[in-house]
Amino acid sequence: MSVIVVFLLVLACLAGWWLSRQGLMSKPWLEQGVVGHLGEQPTLPAERIALVVFLAVVGALFALFASAYFMRMELPDWRSLPVSRVLWLNTGILVLSSAALQCAVFAARRRQADTLKLALVTGGISALTFLAGQLFAWQELFANGDFLADNPANSFFYLLTGMHGLHILGGLVALARVTAKAWDGPVTDRLQLSTELCATYWHFLLFVWFGLFVLLAGWAADFIDICRQLLT
Amino acid sequence: MVFALALVLVVVGSVLFHILSPWWWTQIASNWTYIDGTLVITFWITGAVFAAVVLFMAYCVWKFRHRPGNKADYEPENKRLEWWLTIATAVGVTALLVPGLFVWKQFVDVPEDAVEVEVVAQQWQWNYRLPGADGKLGTSDSRLISPENPLGVNPEDPAGQDDVIVEADDLHLPIDKPVKMLLRSIDVLHNFYVPEFRAKMDMVPGSVTYFWFTPTRTGTFEVLCAELCGSGHGFMRGIVMIDTEEDYAAWLGEQQTFAEISAEQQTGQLDTDDVEAAKSGPGGVAN
Amino acid sequence: MVDVTPGAVAPVPPAEVPEVELYHPHSWWTKYVFSQDAKVIAIQYSGTAIAIGLVALVLSWLMRLQLGFPGTFDFITPEAYYQFITMHGMIMVIYLLTALFLGGFGNYLIPLMVGARDMVFPYVNMLSYWIYLLAVLVLVASFFVPGGPTGGGWTLYPPQIILSGTPGGQGAGIILMLVSLILFIIGFTMGGLNYVVTVLQGRTRGMTLMRMPLTVWGIFTATVMALLAFPALFVACVMMLFDRLLGTSFFMPALVEMGEQLSYGGGSPILFQHLFWFFGHPEVYIVALPAFGIVSDLISTHARKNIFGYRMMVWAIVAIGALSFIVWAHHMYVSGMHPYFGFFFATTTLIIAIPTAIKVYNWVLTLWRGDIHLTIPMLFALAFIVTFVNGGLTGLFLGNVVVDVPLSDTMFVVAHFHMVMGVAPILVIFGAIYHWYPKITGRMLDETMGQLHFWITFIGAYAIFFPMHYVGLVGVPRRYPDISGTAFIPESVSTLNAFITVAALIVGFAQMVFLFNLFWSLRFGREAGGNPWRATTLEWQTPETPPAHGNFGKELPIVYRWAYDYSVPGAKEDFLAQNDPGGPRAAASA
Repeated sequence: MSVIVVFLLVLACLAGWWLSRQGLMSKPWLEQGVVGHLGEQPTLPAERIALVVFLAVVGALFALFASAYFMRMELPDWRSLPVSRVLWLNTGILVLSSAALQCAVFAARRRQADTLKLALVTGGISALTFLAGQLFAWQELFANGDFLADNPANSFFYLLTGMHGLHILGGLVALARVTAKAWDGPVTDRLQLSTELCATYWHFLLFVWFGLFVLLAGWAADFIDICRQLLT
Repeated sequence: MVFALALVLVVVGSVLFHILSPWWWTQIASNWTYIDGTLVITFWITGAVFAAVVLFMAYCVWKFRHRPGNKADYEPENKRLEWWLTIATAVGVTALLVPGLFVWKQFVDVPEDAVEVEVVAQQWQWNYRLPGADGKLGTSDSRLISPENPLGVNPEDPAGQDDVIVEADDLHLPIDKPVKMLLRSIDVLHNFYVPEFRAKMDMVPGSVTYFWFTPTRTGTFEVLCAELCGSGHGFMRGIVMIDTEEDYAAWLGEQQTFAEISAEQQTGQLDTDDVEAAKSGPGGVAN
Repeated sequence: MVDVTPGAVAPVPPAEVPEVELYHPHSWWTKYVFSQDAKVIAIQYSGTAIAIGLVALVLSWLMRLQLGFPGTFDFITPEAYYQFITMHGMIMVIYLLTALFLGGFGNYLIPLMVGARDMVFPYVNMLSYWIYLLAVLVLVASFFVPGGPTGGGWTLYPPQIILSGTPGGQGAGIILMLVSLILFIIGFTMGGLNYVVTVLQGRTRGMTLMRMPLTVWGIFTATVMALLAFPALFVACVMMLFDRLLGTSFFMPALVEMGEQLSYGGGSPILFQHLFWFFGHPEVYIVALPAFGIVSDLISTHARKNIFGYRMMVWAIVAIGALSFIVWAHHMYVSGMHPYFGFFFATTTLIIAIPTAIKVYNWVLTLWRGDIHLTIPMLFALAFIVTFVNGGLTGLFLGNVVVDVPLSDTMFVVAHFHMVMGVAPILVIFGAIYHWYPKITGRMLDETMGQLHFWITFIGAYAIFFPMHYVGLVGVPRRYPDISGTAFIPESVSTLNAFITVAALIVGFAQMVFLFNLFWSLRFGREAGGNPWRATTLEWQTPETPPAHGNFGKELPIVYRWAYDYSVPGAKEDFLAQNDPGGPRAAASA
């Protein structure tokens, strides 16, 4: 359970830092009247805060999967899967997708409607390509006779890539709505915000994918082994 | 008024119930008197805190009850009082924890001279395996389990040949000899629980767990399963008899070894290929 | 004594008047069924939770009948008994307590107490409820499938939970249970995001974090914890579904079931337990923290005194929330995990007792020199302290690793967790309903029925669960439908069991008085007025009672003070509402 505990520790530090700026040491019974900036209109839109909280939840989900992965891996029946070359290609496509959405954010900020549309569509199509690529990787495993229940490493591979794919799919629904809105009218603040949120989500899922890739390829385990040897 | 009285009655009633009721733990039959000791310490400390808090509350409810013209004090906090209470609580908690951890250390560390005895649980009966003359248990694997070899003892392992197998029958143990109970399950979670021994531990299929104790009193003790294991859980009972040295030897002499059981069932004809295939399969557990 | 410096504060115009029109529904359907108003959603959540809770209550009667009078009721087979305990536990913990505290009270109180018009994402909030309802329906469906619901215990421990020796294990029972939990978690996450963001971003002007009532602190912290803890259950459920349906071996070791080698191999049942309790222990505090918060406000209001040590209370809530994530394995001392974990988890577990104890001290010290009105909500709040202290202290037995060894898996554990997370939070729920019912409906609940309900529930529940500890001390294991004929158990335990059963039936029927009161007072209750308890927090200061859509009429309230200005020296009244600029008091002190 070390991955999730470390993850939560990081969250706890962030929460502690945030709380420390909220006047937790103040004596509220001494303060009357409208105090300070804290009750003013928030500077961050609620949607952005919500996304950050949601990403923390998704992060906890994948950290827990990673914890389970490490604990299961230590049992004797584990046989690692070879890393398919398709995964490298897919990683590249997902990076492209993320980059396209970042371009969309820049375009939205500059109010360039055409570039925005182009970037959003590129991001969407490349994300779909990524999903297709993941399916192809599954197909390849199938062709090799590596089925879901053969070995825990296989089971985790399908489970984790599937979970990640579902999150991308959810993101694509949101992205489709944003794209439709971009087609409907001019670039507004609202549209810019939506684009930024999509981009944040995409970057996060890219980051999660890096984590999963490192995990599934076995490098994470190798790295931990090296650390252990250094320590002992 | 009534409520304050009710609170007092709750405290008095609880204390009286504790002192007067006939329900208390069974007479201990193992070396774990320390566990009973920590339990008693815990009872004293927690009982005192419970009585103090509830009686204080009863006093407040009575003393500061609403009457016309009353007005409450305005007292947002009292740093000193709060710190003192925190420190007192920390001391109380430490007084509970430290003896507990010392006893746990003993519980975890098995003495060198403990004899290993294996309990093999299945839905819904208890089986046992004792080391034979060589004092060692042979390896086992749940993949090897068959009607002829119900405990999955590895027939290739010479150490296992003289192991005494007790299938769905009573277990006997000699008095005053430390025993390390190796706990194994072939299907689901179980828990080897004899209230008089105080110690217990879950048995997990796929691994071997343990606890140790020294029987200190002869007699017949009931074994219950203490981890829900399916619809027969409530009927999964067994018997452990703690014998004197002579009785134990006599009982042991009547038991069959793995080799004897195998010979009876002519396992000579067992297809060795099957065994090999099973052994290389996943999930192998050796102890 | 107090260094308050009262002074007139210039009123400040509200920060913004958002489009209030947005909050007005346009048809009967959008007003009462597919409503996006947090208050309606709260009532939907509460109604559903109480309805399914009644099912769990009936199940508990059936279990108690079996335990009190074994062999009398032929239809309660061991299989049925295990199905009853499983569904009772799961419903009570997840579908009643979690849903009621967070979905019910959270939805109703957060926007009102922080001075918001609604949750920040009303549409997502509505979806949250409908997914919760779907989860409940899927759970209920499992009663009607062949083989019935799962009977593997609410802890769902593999391997037995998906094997044929367990009721529902090879049928649809376990699948429906897992699907229902997954749905619940998805629905809860939607609601939880709302509660958190509303507290973070929806507070009205002047409502700093340290001015929030402890109810909001409790629900907020519990929601954050739930958002991070439920994924563990989600992961466990998904992996279990894979094991059950697709034949993977995440949790399933090689095993021989009823003489037959199964194709599973190599998995770890302990892995499941880690995941389950990584959710399961925070879950205890997810239920407890809202109760802590609510009880603080009830005691303060009805003792007409500020909550003692407000800052300590806030810090303790946050500390408990954080610590509760590193104590999970104290549920696993005898699970066969590495025994050295015991040292670590016993220590963290006993450390968490310290902030919890501080909260108890501060509640009783709030009573000191108060002006205690023993109203029905107050009675329930004080009864909560008794049962919570009792249950919390027995937790010190079970948290201390070596003391847990003889007691684990006995009725002592059952008594402990019912006292601390069954009876105690439910007493708070009752107190809270008696307290806020006038705001929700505009009428008071009937006092006589309330007294009857309180006394039977409090004394009865204590009479059920206090003696049950001693049944466990004798050594009676939990989850045994019948322990008669066991050598070490004296015959008198059967008498005690029969007594407990009778008490449980009486307490159960007393709840019918409460339900009747809920409906009766809706029509015949005394008119309450806007602020019958003369409380300070914002929900009592709404222009209409019950609050209309948008909660606060044209202008949002502005907060000038903390939530606990009761009996302030020099003030004219014995309470100053949070949105009271304090003019009269300044005049009085001048």
